[in-house]
Amino acid sequence: MKQRVVITGLGVVAPNGVGLTDFTKALKNGTSGIRFHQDLKDLKFSCQIGGIPQITDDLKSKYFTDLQLRGFNSSGILYGCIAGMDAWKDAGFDLNPNSELDYDTGLIFGTGTSGVEKFREAIHKLDEGNVRRLGSTVVLQTMASGISAYLGGMLGFGNQVTTNSSACTTGTEALLMGYERIKYGKAKRMLVGSCSDHGPYIWGGFDAMRVMTYKHNDSPTEGSQPMSASASGFVPGSGAGALVLESLESALERGATIYAEVLGGEINSGGQRQGGTLTAPNPEAVQRCIKNALHNSGIDSSEIEVINGHLTATSKDTLEIENWTKALQRQGKNFPFINSTKSLVGHCLAAAGAIECVASIIQLKEQFIAPNVNCEDLHSGIEELVSPEKIPHKKIDLEFDTIAKASFGFGDVNACVLFKRFIA
Amino acid sequence: MNKEELIAKLKTIIAPYIQDEKAFKNLSEDTDFVKDLKINSANLVDIILDIEDEFNIRLENEDMEKMLDVKSAMSIVTSKLAD
Repeated sequence: MKQRVVITGLGVVAPNGVGLTDFTKALKNGTSGIRFHQDLKDLKFSCQIGGIPQITDDLKSKYFTDLQLRGFNSSGILYGCIAGMDAWKDAGFDLNPNSELDYDTGLIFGTGTSGVEKFREAIHKLDEGNVRRLGSTVVLQTMASGISAYLGGMLGFGNQVTTNSSACTTGTEALLMGYERIKYGKAKRMLVGSCSDHGPYIWGGFDAMRVMTYKHNDSPTEGSQPMSASASGFVPGSGAGALVLESLESALERGATIYAEVLGGEINSGGQRQGGTLTAPNPEAVQRCIKNALHNSGIDSSEIEVINGHLTATSKDTLEIENWTKALQRQGKNFPFINSTKSLVGHCLAAAGAIECVASIIQLKEQFIAPNVNCEDLHSGIEELVSPEKIPHKKIDLEFDTIAKASFGFGDVNACVLFKRFIA
Repeated sequence: MNKEELIAKLKTIIAPYIQDEKAFKNLSEDTDFVKDLKINSANLVDIILDIEDEFNIRLENEDMEKMLDVKSAMSIVTSKLAD
């Protein structure tokens, strides 16, 4: 029997809010988490602004032991562990380092690359002929699955514990992989999410590709402009999002708070054919991904009321909107509301999918649509497809049941998921 | 440096890594790093590096293999300091 899957816990570490309460407030108020960073300027970056979650040493010591923090230099793992532990606690579980091993719970927590600053430290020592001085912490912080290794041990999970990686699709893919594991009865609960490091060593390659904006170094909060005519590239971000997925049966049995139901979704690739490349999407595959997500969720395109898009603030935004209109066969006034969380947090890369899934669930649970900031000058190509009122600049309170979330990534990979409000 | 001073210094170095407070309190020359103090074996290399820094000595792989308890650590450090 296929299990229904619901969301029973959320955790988030975002540039504009650490923890559910602050992040929700920031979403409602349209608070930007984008700031100027002197180190980027010193290193001669074109784009000198970015989104970095504000984590104090005090907060760190609430989640990590002194020993764990010794020689610790992996911001992605830091964000991922905080978000993951918060989500687990939010789902009603204790954070007990000596908890009984839980074979019914697993974890799929993705990242793009892990511990780049730690890796840099190691490379310097190694090149000086000092490999023997690296210590014990390099491997665990720089292996891709560092985040799932840390979290799995902190929470004592005994089901599948792994890390996925699919560029900016990573978080949404992790969610769908965890969803399937529960749906097919392989696990009762899956903690899913993704995280990304911050800083020059992770962002530098994108700066070199000239895909980040260099026009807003003096006005950071105005830098991230998805869907705007003046969009000039994305603003890099970082952080983590985490969600506890659970079989409906288990959630009801525990009397857990249910945020929403995961109706289903789809993951595919455009194969870098038909216009798709390493960096650009194959439109047909994107549309197919959305259509199959609807089909797998057993709903009609007319039922989608809100979309949380991928929408990064590059020239590809218009193409994404066009793909949505074609996949849903809806345009103009008939198009759902759509927003991009990236206008507030930047493009959090591997963490984007998870942070934005959390944002989608918060909006669904609290019945509002977060504002799209910095797109007062809507791109004309988008305006031809969608009525401007469907792209709100201010928060809208709205009763709605269904939200679609999609993420797309380098390598021509796509993921789309449908969430539905759960009313017991 | 006498024995007590050496033990005191080693104690400060290993303090961050121990997982058994009681065994640490009762630390003696016979205390085993992994069996008694429950130190994660991966952390033994970090302790070696910290010892190198503290005493300004260099420990080789062979020294490392022998350094499993307080007594062996003391004897290796003492002999390196005498070199």
